[in-house]
Amino acid sequence: MNAPDSFPTRHLKALPAVTDDPRYIGASVSRPGARRLVEGRGCYVDDITLPRMAHVVYWRSPVAHCRILAIHREDAARMPGVLAVIDGAQVATICKPWVATLGHLAGMKSAPQHPLAIDRACWQGEPVVAVVAETRVQAEDALQHLIVDWEDLPAATEMETALAPETPVIHPELGDNTCFRRALDTGGVDAAFATAHVVAEATFNFGRHTGVTLEPRCQIADWNPGEQRLTVYHSQQAPHMMQDLYARQFDLAESAVRVICRDVGGSFGIKVHAYPDDFATVALSILLKRPVKFVADRLESFTSDIHAREHRIKGRIAATKDGDILAFEIDDLTGIGPFSMFPRTSAIEGNQVVNLTGGPYKHQQYRAKLDVVFLNKPPTCQYRGVGHPIACAVTEGLVDLAAAKLGMDPLAFRQRNVMPDDGYPAVGASGIKLEVLSHEECLRRISTLMDYPALRAEQATLRAQGIHRGIGFATLIELTNPGAAFYGVGGARIAAQDGATARLEPSGAVTVLVSVGEQGQGSEGIFAQIAADAVGVAMNKVRVVTGDTDVTPYGGGTWASRGAGIGGEAVLQAGLALRANILKVAVAILKREGLAVQRDEIIDVATGESVMPLSELGRIAYFRPDTLPAGFTPELMVTRHYAQRDYPFIFTNGVQASYVEVDLDTGFVKLLKHWAVEDCGRVINPMLVDEQMRGAIVQGIGGALYEECLYDEAGSLLNGSMADYLVPMAAEMPDIVVAHVETPTASSRLGAKGAGEAGTAGAPAAVMNAINDALRPSGAAVFSQPFTPEKILRALGKVA
Amino acid sequence: MNTAKSITLTLNGQQRQCQVEPRQHLVDFLREDCGLTGSHLGCEHGVCGACTVRLDGQIVRGCLVLAVQADGRSVETVEGLSDGGTMRDLQDAFVARNALQCGYCTPGMLMAAAELIEKQSDASREDVRLWISGNYCRCTGYQAIVDAVCDVLAARKAAA
Repeated sequence: MNAPDSFPTRHLKALPAVTDDPRYIGASVSRPGARRLVEGRGCYVDDITLPRMAHVVYWRSPVAHCRILAIHREDAARMPGVLAVIDGAQVATICKPWVATLGHLAGMKSAPQHPLAIDRACWQGEPVVAVVAETRVQAEDALQHLIVDWEDLPAATEMETALAPETPVIHPELGDNTCFRRALDTGGVDAAFATAHVVAEATFNFGRHTGVTLEPRCQIADWNPGEQRLTVYHSQQAPHMMQDLYARQFDLAESAVRVICRDVGGSFGIKVHAYPDDFATVALSILLKRPVKFVADRLESFTSDIHAREHRIKGRIAATKDGDILAFEIDDLTGIGPFSMFPRTSAIEGNQVVNLTGGPYKHQQYRAKLDVVFLNKPPTCQYRGVGHPIACAVTEGLVDLAAAKLGMDPLAFRQRNVMPDDGYPAVGASGIKLEVLSHEECLRRISTLMDYPALRAEQATLRAQGIHRGIGFATLIELTNPGAAFYGVGGARIAAQDGATARLEPSGAVTVLVSVGEQGQGSEGIFAQIAADAVGVAMNKVRVVTGDTDVTPYGGGTWASRGAGIGGEAVLQAGLALRANILKVAVAILKREGLAVQRDEIIDVATGESVMPLSELGRIAYFRPDTLPAGFTPELMVTRHYAQRDYPFIFTNGVQASYVEVDLDTGFVKLLKHWAVEDCGRVINPMLVDEQMRGAIVQGIGGALYEECLYDEAGSLLNGSMADYLVPMAAEMPDIVVAHVETPTASSRLGAKGAGEAGTAGAPAAVMNAINDALRPSGAAVFSQPFTPEKILRALGKVA
Repeated sequence: MNTAKSITLTLNGQQRQCQVEPRQHLVDFLREDCGLTGSHLGCEHGVCGACTVRLDGQIVRGCLVLAVQADGRSVETVEGLSDGGTMRDLQDAFVARNALQCGYCTPGMLMAAAELIEKQSDASREDVRLWISGNYCRCTGYQAIVDAVCDVLAARKAAA
């Protein structure tokens, strides 16, 4: 069995081409940036060294909640190479505190937060004191000599008791530990449950976990007093957002701030937030008037990167005797950190759970209750999938329970209840607007892809032999291509639009500057594909530049699966506009009509013959404008922007299936195979989309089976190393088969929707349902992620 | 107090004499003193594999070996191995399969894979999965990496 999987075969219905001579859009071409990275010639932040660059390490709170009594910095300050030991009060003299709320989340509250904690630290890992030295080694040595006197304060560490009267209120001025509450009720839920033939319910738990980017968070802040300008090299997904935040918190003009994002070693949402130490490092550079580098070590990553997913959801579903879903109801409790995270807030994840639960189905009744509570644990915020994996697991777990109670096949039950493919646009029970989805087609496709009847037969045969295998499905919707509804309407200055500038070089090459950057997804690769087709040049003539606020158009960056759908459309429009301008120059030079740009040439449309290479056009336009008609100026650099304004979000859909074997004696789960059928609209590069799906599925599997930030009752992290915090490794992961249905969005010419998060959204639910399918004959079921062997054995009654 | 030790090593084929602190890790020496930033730091606990380099032809964790231990020995990094041989074949396969996304784990992953190909030419797909289980990748889900390594194994078998 040495034959590697062949390249995936696909069954795409051919969509109408976006451009006149499509060569690259839709093709599995390699991305141009990959070669540099395999040769070890990337440029991550820690690879950069600037003249006079200092290094900072932070003293972080050792406990969940403490009062800072005194900071004895003399010994540390005397250590070799130490430049400064700086506390929160000093940083606060130049950096304003922030309160992370959004106006459209009614009633949301949080407390002011400083870059370095002042007087009191509110989670284990909160930065308190900065030690800056000539080298990292010297800074770490000095940190050992920093003495901080502190005393424990009582902590709120359990979400279930966060609102209990005996639990300390973390910020007394807020009144209680509630950050945000939301209720949604379509009005007929009680009646639906009263008339239902089948009601199923379960309590779902989701372990707090984090992103574990292999490259930790890192930055270099470089304040140049001579030009009163700040340059920040940052491992970040949203450079313009950070530019705006640095400018506002430090009272600088935005033109005085430049953010540069070169290679980013994994992001997944972890690097789209503004962390307290981001601002602290900038403050240190301003105070010391020299570049300062911060690179988190792995323990700092576990205690200061955002966490996500700590939810407890009581859910129930109602269905008729015939198998029609009538209603869903959920009660979601989620514990965030002591502060809502800046600037996207910690309430979005729970809000998404409310919006998305039940999303694929055509039931009419839905009730949801959400409580977001503060805890003395690391702040939580948006991590790949943002609420989707939670909503999907609750929905699909309940759907399987209802199907089992009805004695219906889970796939048939889904086929009966999903929104029909011919029924769009539609509005879901939660009020979400759905442009166009393809649930029915995806369900048909996955049944064929996995040969479902044969798999069920194999399962039955093996079960008779005492081998316990299970098949689990997860139907899902995923929010992509957001408009301003996500953040802008709530007052957050996070761009909902993106821009691209396309320039024809004198040689006939094309340079494209894009406000959406690259963190490994292949954004720059697909931008090159789109630009090449749009302008009419070979892809190797296109160079894409991203990640520099001094250079690219203004835009939102990478989040909410928007890079291809929003950024890609901007590139397409810029490329088409450049082509139109190239043709104007060609007409001016050649004094004839009937021309087109095709494959690096100006051609005669009637004959298809080349009449001038673009290199000749470029030469004349740039170096011999004297030969052009009077009054005509070539405009060979064009900028276009795109914002999706037709819907709050463009939803995608898909279905995943998991095939597992559960060892009833050990509780171990072996993942045998995983399938995904996904509809992200127009697929720009099938290979890259497949890899987004696979990577995202494996991250979802991580949350389902392994990953959890374990805390003791005092709020102390128990597994803050990569040896103790388990993530998926190659040997345990299954091969993943990916197929696509292509239903383009009409909100853009490109028709692309997002593809980066759907894998993470559906995988935990599919794995959970597969485990429970395997366990069903034994009467056991698990609903608490991660599904560890211990939990499975406990469900089986084999351990207490 | 000067505690630096003088070491002599062959680094990517060239002999070098350097002063290193006894406590300095090999990967820090490579990155900070030699400018070889292709080897990355992911955990500094010997778990993630991003700092994997070759010491006398065998892969080691650059964060678990001290620079002084390289005295009198040969160290090879991704920068020195990219011009041909197994590493080049693997790099071509990684690019063709998109077996990397952010690229941070990739040099270490390539180091591990190259050793498998050179030591175990008949490795199965399961062997490949097991072999690279000492290297974290958070982006790809591993399948494309496994495919790429199997591509090189198959091509070598076909050429043999």
